[in-house]
Amino acid sequence: MPGERTAEFEVRLSRALAPIDPPAELEARVEDTLGSLVDMAADELEAWELRAMRDPRNWLRPAAAVVVGSAAALGLVVVRTRRRRHKRRAAAVNALDLAGKTLKDAAKEVRRVIEDTTPGR
Amino acid sequence: MATAPEQQPTREEKAKLDAEFASLYRAHLRDVYSYSYYRVGNHHDAEDLTEQTFLQAYRHFERAQRESDGRPLRPWLIRIAHNLAANYYRDRSRRPQTPIDDAGVLSSPHTTEGLVEDRQDLKRILDGVQELPDDRREALIMRFALGMDNREIARALGRTDGATKVLLHRAIRQLEEIVKKAEGPTG
Repeated sequence: MPGERTAEFEVRLSRALAPIDPPAELEARVEDTLGSLVDMAADELEAWELRAMRDPRNWLRPAAAVVVGSAAALGLVVVRTRRRRHKRRAAAVNALDLAGKTLKDAAKEVRRVIEDTTPGR
Repeated sequence: MATAPEQQPTREEKAKLDAEFASLYRAHLRDVYSYSYYRVGNHHDAEDLTEQTFLQAYRHFERAQRESDGRPLRPWLIRIAHNLAANYYRDRSRRPQTPIDDAGVLSSPHTTEGLVEDRQDLKRILDGVQELPDDRREALIMRFALGMDNREIARALGRTDGATKVLLHRAIRQLEEIVKKAEGPTG
């Protein structure tokens, strides 16, 4: 049967093309080379970190993150404070009272945003 | 024009990456070596090819891992070995040596039964493998020496699963014919 013949041939083929174990000295050689590469990469990374600290172009990302984060927090305070504008206006006796209430509300919101964005909360 | 700041992994990311590469290396050293050996036909060049494969893999590991989408990286490793082997032949203008080093396959544990007939049979098959076109030979090495499935072979060779299945089928049939012819009318 052709199918059986092929199956039998595949068994012979598997035996002929058996996996070959690498010589032990090759393992040691490759591991040594990779080890030195890893060390070199670690040194390079360290040097890069120091260079990055000195190069103002690399301050851009963390600085941008702070700016974006602050803007977002400020935006949140403004939105939440404005949302309650009608309530404050109705409760205020005069313009001075309204300004005082708005300031107090904004301060309360700032505290809430700081608490919300503190890590570990 | 200002260029974007260079992005480097952090120290922790690098350590994790190195540990993952080490386990990839341990898992597939034998695969890469077997593939290299059957491609170049001698231990000396197979060792060089294996070393070069892992050095190149190390350089591109981070990207390969990112792009692999969780799929196994063995086909990627074998593809590196495949490309390096192609350069090896191109640079040195040589073809795989025929027959494959006697010191290798024919003295490895699977041939130690001491049966002359058996050894001759295996040798005929190995010689036949070297006569196959490159893509068919590669597919057979990946399937039988490395135990890769169709999908893995397809990824390593940059083909579709269907095309790989056909390639393997034709490779086996052609090799069977070559071996039959070598055995003669009584074989």
